[in-house]
Amino acid sequence: MLLFAASRLLRAALTILFVMTFAFVVLRLSGDPALLIMSVDAPPEAIKAFRQAWGLDQPIWDQYVSYIGHAFTGDFGKSMRDGRPAIELVLERVPATLAITLPALALKIGLGIPAGIYAALHRNSVADRVTMAVSVAGFTMPSFVLALLLVLVFAVTLGWLPASGSDSAAHAILPIITLGVGGAAIMARFTRSAMLEVLGQPYIRAASAKGVTWRRVISHHALPNAAIPTVTIVGFMIGSLVAGAVVVESVFAWPGVGRLLVSAVANRDLAVVQALLMVIAASMVMANFAVDMAYGWLDPRVRSAPAGH
Amino acid sequence: MALRDTLAAPLPTSILRRWIRPLARWPLGVLLAASWLALMVIVALGADLLLPYSITAFDLKARLSPPLFFGGSLAHPLGTDELGRDVSARLIMSIRMSLLIALFGTLIATTLGTVLGFLAAHFRRWVETLILMAIDFQASMPFMIIALSVLAFFGNSLPLFIGLMGFHSWERYARIARGLTLAANEQGYAAAVRQLGAKPGRIYGLHILPNIASTLIVSMTLTFPEIILLESGLSFLGLGVQPPLTSLGNMVGYGREYITRAPWIMLAPATVIVLTTLSISLLGDWLRDKLDPTLR
Amino acid sequence: MSALVEAIDLRRHYAVHVGRGPFTAKATLRAVDGVSLRVERGRTLGLVGESGCGKSTTGKLVLGLIPSTSGTVRHDGTDMPAINTPAWRALRLRMQMVFQDPLGALDRRLPIGQQITEPLAIHGIATTVERRERARAVMEAVGLQMHQFGRYPHELSGGQRQRVVLARALITEPDFLVCDEPISALDVSIQAQVVNLLLDLQERLGIAYLFISHDLKVVRQVSHEVAVMYLGRIVEQGEAESLFAHPAHPYTRALVSAIPVPLSAQGPRRERLLLQGDPPNPVDVPRGCAFHTRCPFAIASCRVETPALRPKADGRLVACHRVDEPALQVAA
Repeated sequence: MLLFAASRLLRAALTILFVMTFAFVVLRLSGDPALLIMSVDAPPEAIKAFRQAWGLDQPIWDQYVSYIGHAFTGDFGKSMRDGRPAIELVLERVPATLAITLPALALKIGLGIPAGIYAALHRNSVADRVTMAVSVAGFTMPSFVLALLLVLVFAVTLGWLPASGSDSAAHAILPIITLGVGGAAIMARFTRSAMLEVLGQPYIRAASAKGVTWRRVISHHALPNAAIPTVTIVGFMIGSLVAGAVVVESVFAWPGVGRLLVSAVANRDLAVVQALLMVIAASMVMANFAVDMAYGWLDPRVRSAPAGH
Repeated sequence: MALRDTLAAPLPTSILRRWIRPLARWPLGVLLAASWLALMVIVALGADLLLPYSITAFDLKARLSPPLFFGGSLAHPLGTDELGRDVSARLIMSIRMSLLIALFGTLIATTLGTVLGFLAAHFRRWVETLILMAIDFQASMPFMIIALSVLAFFGNSLPLFIGLMGFHSWERYARIARGLTLAANEQGYAAAVRQLGAKPGRIYGLHILPNIASTLIVSMTLTFPEIILLESGLSFLGLGVQPPLTSLGNMVGYGREYITRAPWIMLAPATVIVLTTLSISLLGDWLRDKLDPTLR
Repeated sequence: MSALVEAIDLRRHYAVHVGRGPFTAKATLRAVDGVSLRVERGRTLGLVGESGCGKSTTGKLVLGLIPSTSGTVRHDGTDMPAINTPAWRALRLRMQMVFQDPLGALDRRLPIGQQITEPLAIHGIATTVERRERARAVMEAVGLQMHQFGRYPHELSGGQRQRVVLARALITEPDFLVCDEPISALDVSIQAQVVNLLLDLQERLGIAYLFISHDLKVVRQVSHEVAVMYLGRIVEQGEAESLFAHPAHPYTRALVSAIPVPLSAQGPRRERLLLQGDPPNPVDVPRGCAFHTRCPFAIASCRVETPALRPKADGRLVACHRVDEPALQVAA
């Protein structure tokens, strides 16, 4: 198990390195970093100082090393618009994003999984068909459409909830629902098929033939086994949460990391984009690592098997 | 017995017999999906002919007029926007743009992914390791983030944007191509033909590719709607298709400001997006059931 | 007359890693470890042994499908060219492999007729009309009918599929076929048909076979000469009938004694030799005689010195230190 953890950790570190390398390469390809980050009309001395600080007059390998070094200390330069260190801008927005993504994740899991299990247990019933029909909407409807529809219904027509801004907890409701509901639908669908596959296994039939009550068959045999593929999907969901946050925060004017990314891209504020890339990559990698650990803990085959290649 | 076997067999006995006769047996949902998609394709192809008005023509007297059954007139069946531009005209052009981007993006992703998958399976060693690492990287970050970074660094032009969309989900095809090629090589028909003396070109082109084609096609039905959603999301945020060009996401973005007064500006493209992605998903599901004999 | 196919001291080693995670050690997997054999024109050499003894690898080496770590393979006096060179490709016309799984060896999406003529298409031989003619001839030879030309592999039975594979192998008129477990995947009743077909073809066309199998009964029927492999080496080799009637090497004796024979057909007190232990790992080959860990007759020198394959008085080749001792009996 330790070996498994170590190899996953190594993989996580490599992924982050890869992401930063990607940022470095793209940055170099797109033009002179000094000019791009500092904007064209900065005074020549400032540009020169920037060049020196970032070693832009040095061979490419040295540049790469110093870039990675800077990245790991969180130094990405200053935001073009703000003048403040990019990393600061990013980190101060993280809590706001967490405030809607974490509840959304809870919603996805709390709504999606039970719905999927119920649908699987009552296969082909009305509830099952309705759940499946509704869940199709989950992945065909883009989040911005859902967001705008919710705004149209709840804010404009019914007036129950505020349309945008972040002044109160009530403002968070629509963003959370938008983020969570789409994923809940996918979650339900997936859980249902995982459960169905497990229920079709011979060991389920064997257990109930032994005389084990159906409830116990579900709780002791079916659910734990279905949990395994479900956990991997949760890892997936985390990724889509991040992507979803970008759009949702923009629609609802929620001051989180996603909204910052959009404005940074629009303004080509590259220091901020790089800082964001790093923070997002790091959190995704950590989240995936946690999921991998959970997966490894749940699946005894993974625990005792050699760390595969 | 032989005839019954051929009817039940999942593999081609005759293209005609396989596709024409079952048309009558297609489920309703699939027929509807196919019809909607056919409609979209016709609109996209015939956009220039179908356009009732130029997309930039304004008619200020008819600003913000609602669609046909909500108080509007036949002159503007889907209503007009804040400058009196006809919504249906813009919709038609947007459909063409979005479908075009999705089509090219899908083709690029498929080609890129399949070629890389073949290279990985063929050369193995460090080539394979490199490609696997790239696949891992692509799969570990949500593509939206990657796309945004690239857009930040390179700015936005239509060819660049389409190329970027082509990088979405290429890893899916690479995985499929690599996996199926390895299986074919190990004990299968590819090994048999290779030892007949066939050259790699023949093996990949004549044998492996036709055999993996159906799996690739099913994946394409997943990628296509995903690109539509991605592109419309980016265009909605103002980072995708730039004006004067118009796309579905673009239209929703503009319609957003008028959501209280003129929701139809936003609802028309939104509905098209949802119906189109829904149709392709349904079609894809059904195709997968049809083409994958292991699910029977 | 020189042998059609000759292998001299073939070795094929793989570098592998043993152990888990980051703590792996390098080791060598000795799949084939010093195999020499000859296949005469128009004759069959049977190659038997347990799974993992290296028979299939030997088959591939002899055809030049995988490169050897050391050793030579000669076909009709010339050395085997390197893989994928034009000379190697040209040689494919004269030697072919017949695989174990006929369904896997055929492309599901192409009609069998096209697959049978494919070797001709690959090498650019004959016109389309001529190809079809040759296909017809070879299909007749293997017992397929022309109306099946347009059928797909899944529409045929297992036996018919194997005939298709044979037809494809034969259309270029090779003089050497390596058959790697060609009948294991078939029903017993079909096995007999295919075996008879192989024998028939050999008589008519003069093809030499390297017949690889773990099924001793069939090997006995088909082969003129048999070689027994264990952990990458040949431990016994000789004329088929006498090898099965009077096996010399302890391993061969164990294999032969395990062949089920009806009581009525058994001769006087048939020997029953049981082997102890599991077959060892080709990564971890025991020192000395590879078989000594399971051999009921092992003595001290077996642990230390590897026996060479030496001829006995009657021409049989055996690799055993104790082979010349009279009447080694199994401890009762």
